Amino acid sequence: MSQSEIVVEGRNLTIGYQVGKKRTEVHSGLNFQLFRGELTCLLGANGAGKSTLLRTLAAAQPSLSGDLKLLGRALSAYSERELSRTIGVVLTDRTQAGGLTVYELVALGRQPYTGFFGRLNKADKELVEYALQAVEIAHKARCYMAELSDGERQKVMIAKALVQECPLILLDEPTAFLDVVSRIEIMNLLHRLAIEEKRAILLSTHDIEQALVLSDRLWLLSSTEGLECGVTEDLILRNRMDTLFANHAQIKFDLMHGGFSPEVSGEKSIVLKAEDEVLRHWAQNALNRHHYFCLDALSSVRKLPLLDVQAPNRLLYTDENGQTTCYFTFESLLHNI
Amino acid sequence: MIHSDKKHYVVFGTLALLIVLLVVANLFLGSVNIPAQEVLRILSGEEAEKASWTFIVWESRFPQCITALLCGAALSASGLMLQTVFSNPLADSSILGISSGASLGVALVMLAGGGTIATGVFTLSGFFSVILGAFLGAVAVLALVLFLSSLIKSNVMLLIAGIMIGYITSSLISLLNFFATAEGVHSYMVWGMGNFGGVSLEQLPAFSLLTVVGLLVAVMLIKPLNALLLGPRYAENLGVNIRRVRNFLLLATGLLTAVTTSFCGPISFIGLAVPHLARLMLGTSNHNSLMPVTLLAGGALALLCNLICVLPGESGVIPLNAVTPILGAPVIIYVIINQRRIQYFN
Repeated sequence: MSQSEIVVEGRNLTIGYQVGKKRTEVHSGLNFQLFRGELTCLLGANGAGKSTLLRTLAAAQPSLSGDLKLLGRALSAYSERELSRTIGVVLTDRTQAGGLTVYELVALGRQPYTGFFGRLNKADKELVEYALQAVEIAHKARCYMAELSDGERQKVMIAKALVQECPLILLDEPTAFLDVVSRIEIMNLLHRLAIEEKRAILLSTHDIEQALVLSDRLWLLSSTEGLECGVTEDLILRNRMDTLFANHAQIKFDLMHGGFSPEVSGEKSIVLKAEDEVLRHWAQNALNRHHYFCLDALSSVRKLPLLDVQAPNRLLYTDENGQTTCYFTFESLLHNI
Repeated sequence: MIHSDKKHYVVFGTLALLIVLLVVANLFLGSVNIPAQEVLRILSGEEAEKASWTFIVWESRFPQCITALLCGAALSASGLMLQTVFSNPLADSSILGISSGASLGVALVMLAGGGTIATGVFTLSGFFSVILGAFLGAVAVLALVLFLSSLIKSNVMLLIAGIMIGYITSSLISLLNFFATAEGVHSYMVWGMGNFGGVSLEQLPAFSLLTVVGLLVAVMLIKPLNALLLGPRYAENLGVNIRRVRNFLLLATGLLTAVTTSFCGPISFIGLAVPHLARLMLGTSNHNSLMPVTLLAGGALALLCNLICVLPGESGVIPLNAVTPILGAPVIIYVIINQRRIQYFN
């Protein structure tokens, strides 16, 4: 992959709020780069400062100190009109746009370019049609916003950001209220748009599972460790994911399955034997939930109970005394041990 | 958008025709019975059978028509702007207390003047001081409501705060009444019932000019109003300067409310109901067509109200504020009952 263009660059940036003389720093010493043609996910616990960072990048609030450059120029030097043509945002705000058609709403994205009354010319209209195609919502162009599902509304908002023709698109939790299917759809869409439309796309999300699959880079933000940026896999394999929830010792990142789960508190131990990866995973899941600490077959030194999972309906349990029972469901197994 | 464009033309055409018919009806009908052919002769510049009839048509019915038309448009335009800016379909200048702010301004000027500045017989300086008082009152309340809207996030709570401001200004007016002369109180009471006849032929040019300026500002705000449908943060990202738009809104709504209120009294429900009627007719929240249709529909509804006021004929004129709620309130109730089916609520 050739080195792509840097769209946003922050150096030693301090973000926060300044009300009169009272200065509240949320984070300081932030360093980051955002690249064209890449999807970047901003992850962090609630209150880590994700929204403050996004608002600072969107120029909705000024940074307190440090360098923040957009396309090589200081963000603070941009005029309102230039900003509206350079940064497109998608928010979780409630709108009262139910009485607009999908087409009309996407057309609002042309406002930074249109004249006094916002009339669309031929090129504007073509761009709106194109964006509707790109987010796969063209078939609903004449529907009212009120008639759309949450996922479809989010697609329309993304199309609105596309017609703003901005190199940078910022999305604040675009998948927050969506079901799994729509979440995956939206993330896929954003990943595709980043590449095909050559935009730098940054979104904040709590949906770590999808972020790890589709995000080119991760920005991990935590109140203790600050901001850490890197290609997804680099960060995961350097064990950086655990910094996200550093002040919650009982929450651990599962390197194998790419998700966060409560740490196993093993009061009892059991030897788990299973040939099949899937069977092994779910048998361990069940045992962990019941406070069993699972050991490999080889590591058994003491006399421990043993569970041999041969098939989903063939669970052989041998207790400390060497007595073996065959269970046919996890329900009966968990009930009896 | 060919399909909806066609619908918009039908709505425009129907409203224009309706306005022409209502203007004609308002010229021909009134509390004094003048035969139709006499009205025709007067309008074509000929002498009528009685000189008083000429006077009534030119000095009373004609300015009343123009006043109703402009007032209706002005109230409806401010209602629409407030509904969009506050993201609240139940906002308008009377509910948010803006017209009671204007009333307080008027009351201060009128009652302080001891009733010498009665409506309809304004001296020129009195006339401008009443408008100025109304404008300052309206803008003060509007600025207060805008400030409160940054503290109160809930729409319903903001409406209630507006109603509270209305109560406070009303009680201030009552206090003023207590200290005022009987004459002053009477002229204030008459004014408070609402009347499109409050503008004389001599005052008509000034009244029209001020109203048209306010309406022009409203039309100039169409593009940012559309962006504001997405909320202030989206609008800002689309290049809308929120502070500047709010200032223009303050100016336009304040001016329109002040001018209509100082001449015609605090008129309720037109500003609240007409934007809803316009949205229901057009099936859109897009201000490109919604704003002009709201202006036309407001003018038409005000003309209709004025016509109903003079229906009793010789036996007298019904107060305007007895008519507007009967036409306006059912619209609001209909809209509230059907809000799940009406797109612009969701």
